[in-house]
Amino acid sequence: MTDTLFYWQAVNLALDHALAEDPNVFIMGEDVGLYGGTYRATENLMAKYGEMRVRDTPISENSFTGLGVGAAMTGLRPVIEIMTANFALLALDSIINLAAKIPFMSGGQFPVPLTIRMPQGVAKQLGAQHSQRLEHTLMNVPGLRIAVPFTPHDAYHQIRQAIRSDDPIIILEHDLLYFSKGPVDPSQAPIPMHQAVVRQEGTDITCISYSLMVGEALKAAQELQQDGISMEVIDLRSLSPIDWNCLEQSVQKTHHVLIAEEDSRYAGAGAELAATLQERCFYTLDAPIARTAGLDIPIPFNAELEQASIPHANDIARAARTILLQRSQKS
Amino acid sequence: MESEQLQQFLYDMLLARAFEERAAEEYTQGHIAGFLHLYPGEEAVAVGTIRAAEPSDYIVSTYREHVHALIRDIEPKKIMAELYGKRTGISRGMGGSMHLFDKEHRFMGGYAIVGETFPIATGIGYSIAYRHLPEAVLCYFGDGAVNQGTFHESLNMAALWKLPILFICENNHYQIGTEIHRHSAVVDVYKRAASYAIPAEQVNGMNVEDVYHHTKSALAHIRAGGGPYLLEFQTYRYRGHSMADPGTYRPPAEVRAYSGLDPIVLATRELTRHTHLVSATPPFDTDVIQQHIEQGYQAGHWQVADVETMKAQIQQILDDAVAFAQSSPSLTMDEAIQLVNQNHAHEGLI
Repeated sequence: MTDTLFYWQAVNLALDHALAEDPNVFIMGEDVGLYGGTYRATENLMAKYGEMRVRDTPISENSFTGLGVGAAMTGLRPVIEIMTANFALLALDSIINLAAKIPFMSGGQFPVPLTIRMPQGVAKQLGAQHSQRLEHTLMNVPGLRIAVPFTPHDAYHQIRQAIRSDDPIIILEHDLLYFSKGPVDPSQAPIPMHQAVVRQEGTDITCISYSLMVGEALKAAQELQQDGISMEVIDLRSLSPIDWNCLEQSVQKTHHVLIAEEDSRYAGAGAELAATLQERCFYTLDAPIARTAGLDIPIPFNAELEQASIPHANDIARAARTILLQRSQKS
Repeated sequence: MESEQLQQFLYDMLLARAFEERAAEEYTQGHIAGFLHLYPGEEAVAVGTIRAAEPSDYIVSTYREHVHALIRDIEPKKIMAELYGKRTGISRGMGGSMHLFDKEHRFMGGYAIVGETFPIATGIGYSIAYRHLPEAVLCYFGDGAVNQGTFHESLNMAALWKLPILFICENNHYQIGTEIHRHSAVVDVYKRAASYAIPAEQVNGMNVEDVYHHTKSALAHIRAGGGPYLLEFQTYRYRGHSMADPGTYRPPAEVRAYSGLDPIVLATRELTRHTHLVSATPPFDTDVIQQHIEQGYQAGHWQVADVETMKAQIQQILDDAVAFAQSSPSLTMDEAIQLVNQNHAHEGLI
């Protein structure tokens, strides 16, 4: 049955269903219990499932994340909430050196069925320390899987899939998506967790995006439509692994690629996308792959400069026009 | 203490010492590479603690963990093969000296970033509490690890939630080359546990019986629902931090003084007093042991035949272990990649 839910409600529902489905699932993090989560994602779950299964922690990101790894090694299925990705910097040893390494360096003896959820991204004037995007760091870690759900429906299903999986999986949620709304159908069979989807069909150019930026790309596509430009918008839904076939198929149709990402441009996800796509589709491309990305500066607190340091729909539309203008000038 | 138990301790420590010396030899000959952190001098800690634990308890160890694995009854040849990086190694050659894992023996890994054993042990402790089982976790760490944040974070959570964890400090007084009074404002590690209301004791880690008894009672406290416990064992490593460390920062007199407290020698003496049986003769090249064994011969405490039997048995085990490691094949790259993918083989990712 389809309900229209806020994103945070979809997360909450996924966690609720996972706790109900499997007694080995437990949730741990700062203020996830009594307080219900800073974005309400774990609201009412402690009352429903008890303190052992929905556990408020001290402010000790590295150790409670590592605790999740240890618990996962004995067969539990921990869901660790790190209050924001900014704090996950303190937990990188547990994520990179423990969760991602143990299944491998134990010679396959110890799977780590661990889910780590964290909001990230540029919200509204939270300052440089609270506006980080961490995908570039995590993507470079073999052994981790990373999902970046944009819609409430995806948030529900990708969280359920992550919890059921035997791999360590990072769910990057976006601060500004929690209060977006959308249809959620828990009973619908989900598509594979790392499959990309075409959110908007188009024929002139492919815009590849993920998380909050998909919304900006969709707005840009509407704007471009008025100019008679047909932009295809792909929601990656996952950053590790990446659904290259979906991207390749789109490029074969449009021959032009624009990547829209909120993360800083230098060595970001877009760099990997551009590098691999040119290897795979060089002869299909009619123009260099372009990126619209965050500026390579810490995010300013100042409201105008903050917004100017990350891409918006108009930036994406402008970049698309520029690419296509070069095409028409050539021909 | 029963004579049989003392003989077990002696055998354990002799095996531990001989294994490590053999590993050093293989390293020196270039047969094995990488970091190699050896345990001679600290044997009483591993033997006394692990022999006091139940098979259902979990072991979480550091990068100096060959001996913990041996005493946990993991086959020496599987440990040696791991040092060689072979597929027959306990971690299939993907972990190496610092990352021995054995699910069957609840040997939950050696961890090579100082301080990582704390959160892993806390997670296992949480899992035990979650399932209401009468099990415990033995969490090892050195004196250098107590200044990592994870020590404080994990002890706090362990105490807060009364988790069944025995924190075992192998205080050998050095974090690589920095002596404890130069790295810690409080040099008595056990005192730090008071910050988290965790009961703690400082114990002579050069005496295997002391180690065993203190561990037994700490585990009894934990199993009775008393929450975590911390034991600080004062010990000493005779070798450098690793094979790459000549150990020039320690005065020779200090090393000699601690060698006089050699846990193997002490155990041998105790065993002799109890049973008038045996001790070791050296394949082990430790002057202190050699000296005491000679004395034992002269005083008529030792029976040569028994000593020779034990010695030969251990040498044979190690010769076999090395031969096994040398003749074992490596994992292929496809198999290594498979280790990354095997846990989602049943999922369709894309």
